[in-house]
Amino acid sequence: MKGAKILIECLVKENVEVMFGYPGGVVIPIFHELFNAPLKFVLTRHEQGAAHMADGYARATGKPGVLLVTSGPGATNIITGLATAYMDSVPMVAITGQVSTEMIGNDAFQEADVTGITRPITKHNYLVQDIKDLPRIVKEAFYIATTGRPGPVLIDIPVNISNAEGDFVYPDSVDIRGYKPNYKGHPVQIEKACQLIEHAKKPVVYAGGGVILSNASDELREFVNKTGIPVTTTLLGLGAYPETDSLSLQMLGMHGTYYANKAVHDSDLLIAIGARFDDRVTGKISEFIPHAKVIHIDIDPASVSKNIIVDVPIVGDCKNVLAEINAKVKKPSIQPWIDHIESFKKSHPLQYSNSSDVIKPQFVIEKLYELTEGKAVITTEVGQNQMWAAQFYKYTEPRTFISSGGLGTMGYGLPAAIGAQFGMPEKRVIDIAGDGSIQMNIQELIVAVQYRLPVIIAILNNGFLGMVRQWQQHFYDKRYSHTCIKCAPDFVKLAEAYGAEGIRIDSPDKVEAAINKALSITDRPIILDFLVDPEENVYPFMPAGKTINETIMRELA
Amino acid sequence: MSQHVLSVKVENQSGVLARVVNLFSARGYNIDSLSVSKTEDDDISCITVVVNGDDRVIEQVKKQLNKLIDIIKVTDQPKEYSFQREIVMLKLQLSSSKRIEIFQIAQTFKASILDITQKSITLEYLGSPEQLDIFIEILRPYGIKELNRSGRISFPKD
Repeated sequence: MKGAKILIECLVKENVEVMFGYPGGVVIPIFHELFNAPLKFVLTRHEQGAAHMADGYARATGKPGVLLVTSGPGATNIITGLATAYMDSVPMVAITGQVSTEMIGNDAFQEADVTGITRPITKHNYLVQDIKDLPRIVKEAFYIATTGRPGPVLIDIPVNISNAEGDFVYPDSVDIRGYKPNYKGHPVQIEKACQLIEHAKKPVVYAGGGVILSNASDELREFVNKTGIPVTTTLLGLGAYPETDSLSLQMLGMHGTYYANKAVHDSDLLIAIGARFDDRVTGKISEFIPHAKVIHIDIDPASVSKNIIVDVPIVGDCKNVLAEINAKVKKPSIQPWIDHIESFKKSHPLQYSNSSDVIKPQFVIEKLYELTEGKAVITTEVGQNQMWAAQFYKYTEPRTFISSGGLGTMGYGLPAAIGAQFGMPEKRVIDIAGDGSIQMNIQELIVAVQYRLPVIIAILNNGFLGMVRQWQQHFYDKRYSHTCIKCAPDFVKLAEAYGAEGIRIDSPDKVEAAINKALSITDRPIILDFLVDPEENVYPFMPAGKTINETIMRELA
Repeated sequence: MSQHVLSVKVENQSGVLARVVNLFSARGYNIDSLSVSKTEDDDISCITVVVNGDDRVIEQVKKQLNKLIDIIKVTDQPKEYSFQREIVMLKLQLSSSKRIEIFQIAQTFKASILDITQKSITLEYLGSPEQLDIFIEILRPYGIKELNRSGRISFPKD
């Protein structure tokens, strides 16, 4: 059997239902076999789109996202997508074509050292040098991508390997002596954690994307039920715990709620679960948690005591460890602490000044939440749109908020929404976008049109690269250097040109009708072009490297 | 900042060394010494890395090394708990007036003479990195024309 056919057989064995990609010279043999393959191939319009679609698909479904692109420029175009997935621990298998083995290193046409380039931004990568290794490598790639702390794995396949004859024997199991993820937490550490929790007076749970990756939301909810400890989540942890619950403090960090940051700062015990103490969460690290002991549950030993010295590290899968803790833990006595937090919730709420003249971006998000009954899958671009989407839509279920957190990739939201819609055909998927970010991968709109995907693209159009403009306003003397993008396409005409629906909304009283119209359309993508207040800012705003006491709060009119 | 000697057991495959050194270069750390060779098992290579760095950063690098799929084991090898050896080869100018002195130094250190001509002498010396430093400093005044050190290897004491 030819290498290309072996590859397809391997993908079928891995139950790959859909893959994303773009053809090119050295992958023609693989595309030749794909023609009749029992899996769906989605032709994107740019390789970066394929990477983000595979990523969005993986985050929405929990299954690995798979993509296939050609060598050289095809492969270099997925770099941003790989780095995005790597930072956010998304299981992905990227297959790239490579020039023939005897030409590698000779500056052949469309050659790039892809395993070299991607080494720091993949969990692992392979250059296939012998057809005999191909089935084992594919098996290992899926195993590595989906186990332990998940991440993208790349397989670089030279064209002569795709054309070579080999036997297809798919291995039953994987045994890599250097890779044995630890799933079960150490019982002694779990006991120590339970002791700390039981005697804590001011505990807070800080839950991250790891809770969602390990499908531990139910266990987290049970933990909170049993202990009554309030929960804040990271950006990627949104949905791990219902934000509608009274014990939810919503998101923490730079644009988190004041009460979440205050609770963490004042706490005497911080229970970090599947989170990594990112600088956007901690602010100035030395003053992040002056009074707290720290329990840190994470599957990645390299995340433990990286930025913060941890008192009780528990290396293991969040789901398993939480289940163990739930079986033993006793409820601490913390009513005064809960009352203290409640008072902060009342005195420093998440708020904005609505207007009847101009559309406030936060109002759009609130309306989207209301009219979708909180049941949509939200993807975002990066910047103000992302932060408002995080703050004002209330997430209650895991895998409903999909955003590039670690890398902060503009242009992520639209392809991720398309990928998520392929994985979740029964859900409404909404990309909350800015007028800047949406132009970075707008070419993928045609994919949604082609497959009749009713993805809604809600552009919060303020004519600015808003987040940078906000920093310029606060820290750079309002010198709006190259952040005004008023010279923009007509997004409604653009939608029409692609065969999508386009609606422009220029006043607050038209917001609801437009969203309802969009929700009534089920056979094509819809662009909602909301002309919003150009200089609206995201608050609260704890500037980079600063402390909670330096948080900039919204001044209400 | 302190010196660390890391012994890294890895799968004997292409690309593994690049993964290991990437973790240092990405942090702007210069590797002081590096050696790679096979072990008792042909499928396993041992990479010995000597690097100066902040203790916490090195601890983090060790954890990240352990995360790499092709890395089997990482150990810190402090001098107190390991044998550390290195080889130096060096070529000296050989003037007739200094010939006897150089022979005596070589004999004192139990260095081997690899080659000798009318104009030059090539010595080989095996020892701990500190012994090598002393050996080289003593010979420097005689005019070192060329010098090459092997990079350190380290072996744990029982």
